[in-house]
Amino acid sequence: MSLIASLEMAKATHTGMVRSHNEDSIAIDAEIGLAVLADGMGGYNAGEVASGIATALISSETREAMIRQSPHEVDRTTGSPLATVLLRDIIAKANTSIFQSANSQPQYAGMGTTLVVALFCNNQITIAHIGDSRCYRQRGGKLEQVTRDHSLLQEQIDSGLLTKEAAKRSQNKNLVTRALGIEPAVEAEIHSYPAQEGDIYLICSDGLNDMVEDEDIEMTLEALGANLQLAAEQLVQMANDNGGRDNISVVLIKVKKDFPADEGLFAKFFSWFK
Amino acid sequence: MAKLILSLDGQLIKEFTLSKERTTIGRKPHNDIQIDNLAVSGEHAIIMTILNDSFLEDLGSTNGTLVNGQPVKKHFLQSNDTVEIGKYKLKYLSEAPASMNQAEFEKTMVLRAPAAAAPKQETRSPTDTQTNLQATNVNESVTSGQAAPTSAAAPAPAPKLAQAPTPATVQPAPPAAAAIQGGGTIQILSGPNAGKELPLSKPLTTLGKPGVQVAVIAKRPQGYFITHVEGANFPVVNGKTLDAQAHQLGDHDVIELAGVKMEFFLKP
Repeated sequence: MSLIASLEMAKATHTGMVRSHNEDSIAIDAEIGLAVLADGMGGYNAGEVASGIATALISSETREAMIRQSPHEVDRTTGSPLATVLLRDIIAKANTSIFQSANSQPQYAGMGTTLVVALFCNNQITIAHIGDSRCYRQRGGKLEQVTRDHSLLQEQIDSGLLTKEAAKRSQNKNLVTRALGIEPAVEAEIHSYPAQEGDIYLICSDGLNDMVEDEDIEMTLEALGANLQLAAEQLVQMANDNGGRDNISVVLIKVKKDFPADEGLFAKFFSWFK
Repeated sequence: MAKLILSLDGQLIKEFTLSKERTTIGRKPHNDIQIDNLAVSGEHAIIMTILNDSFLEDLGSTNGTLVNGQPVKKHFLQSNDTVEIGKYKLKYLSEAPASMNQAEFEKTMVLRAPAAAAPKQETRSPTDTQTNLQATNVNESVTSGQAAPTSAAAPAPAPKLAQAPTPATVQPAPPAAAAIQGGGTIQILSGPNAGKELPLSKPLTTLGKPGVQVAVIAKRPQGYFITHVEGANFPVVNGKTLDAQAHQLGDHDVIELAGVKMEFFLKP
């Protein structure tokens, strides 16, 4: 079932004002309701290799998997929603693929990437993430961070050592505690949330949220939500106007209308009584 | 690596490098920084250093600890902070970013728990966790004893926005961070709000009628730019219809939008 009628997607990516090349990679597929963002790391061009493998492999594998099964169903063996199982398996594959390339080719040694994957299905958004790239949700004019960074700073904030404000002055920025492709196995954090008509989801690399305050992101999505592509470009521009110290990538997904999964007649009938 | 410079009445006494995760300060001899003075408690304070950040904590001392003249219990040290213990002063100097290429420094690196044995990774120092301060190569992963991240609720959302759906006039963008420079202003020339002025103090100001025609004026370091947001009609500036591209506004440009004329001007 195509989600093109229900979801509007826009993306923008930019090298920024300081870096020589863009190690971020993004992929969107409105038809299957998928958005992938990866912020690569590693010397020379290894970062973009890692992020490129991640987005390409995850989009093609997800597309293929969705032909075989519907992600809103429940996995019979584990009892978890299939979307979660599916993303976990595909992310594990991507991890293996990056890890093996890094180990087999010396120029790619140590490469890795952060990752955010959003999969929309049956009025739900399932978000998987690793590292410090983020997903935000704008609902009713309010911006809320959905993912929590896997980073040293976030751990320090959690433990009460730093306040969110003090964290901005920390010199330990950009230290992630999890990344895709660095070790033989990685655990993605995966959660599902109900999606509502009018929601705007923002997936971004730290090049955006390090340079643009949350209030300014919120204001931009509120002011320009009617023109998603413009909003994405405006966010990138704001990050660059503020210094653009890192690569900046933005994916925006707007829920235009609800998107229930096609279910059998019985399920429809049954859902009446829920 | 960050250091502390101990002085008394402007006389330099000694310099300490914060090379350990925990640096203790006190009167008793077992402290890393011993200050043999009765105004100083036996175990007076401690400085925790995590990679490039250092945190000062007063250990319930009798006479307290001041940072830049303010009493503190816990403090996130910033370079050039002056810590006062009794009559003694400790100046905190952080050198981390200067000692390496800033751009390299900002590159994302992976922090790994030591338990997850890193293959082929040289062991840096078995006891210290701060030895990778000089890591300029992103291929090097930083070893640290940090525990795995815990999951909890997302941070509190930002405050609610104001929305003013006044028909066919001006809808100021919601509150934002303080503007860098003032100046740009819109004055309405026609319609029921003629004569009204709207300062363009926010990074973004939307104009028009949602669902009919909306344009946005972005305040940027280079100036003010108007861009079409939604609607079948594009804004007209000085009689010329704009395309989808952003258009830089000049002083006294006249904008027509959703049937309303307005003038952009720069206040001195």
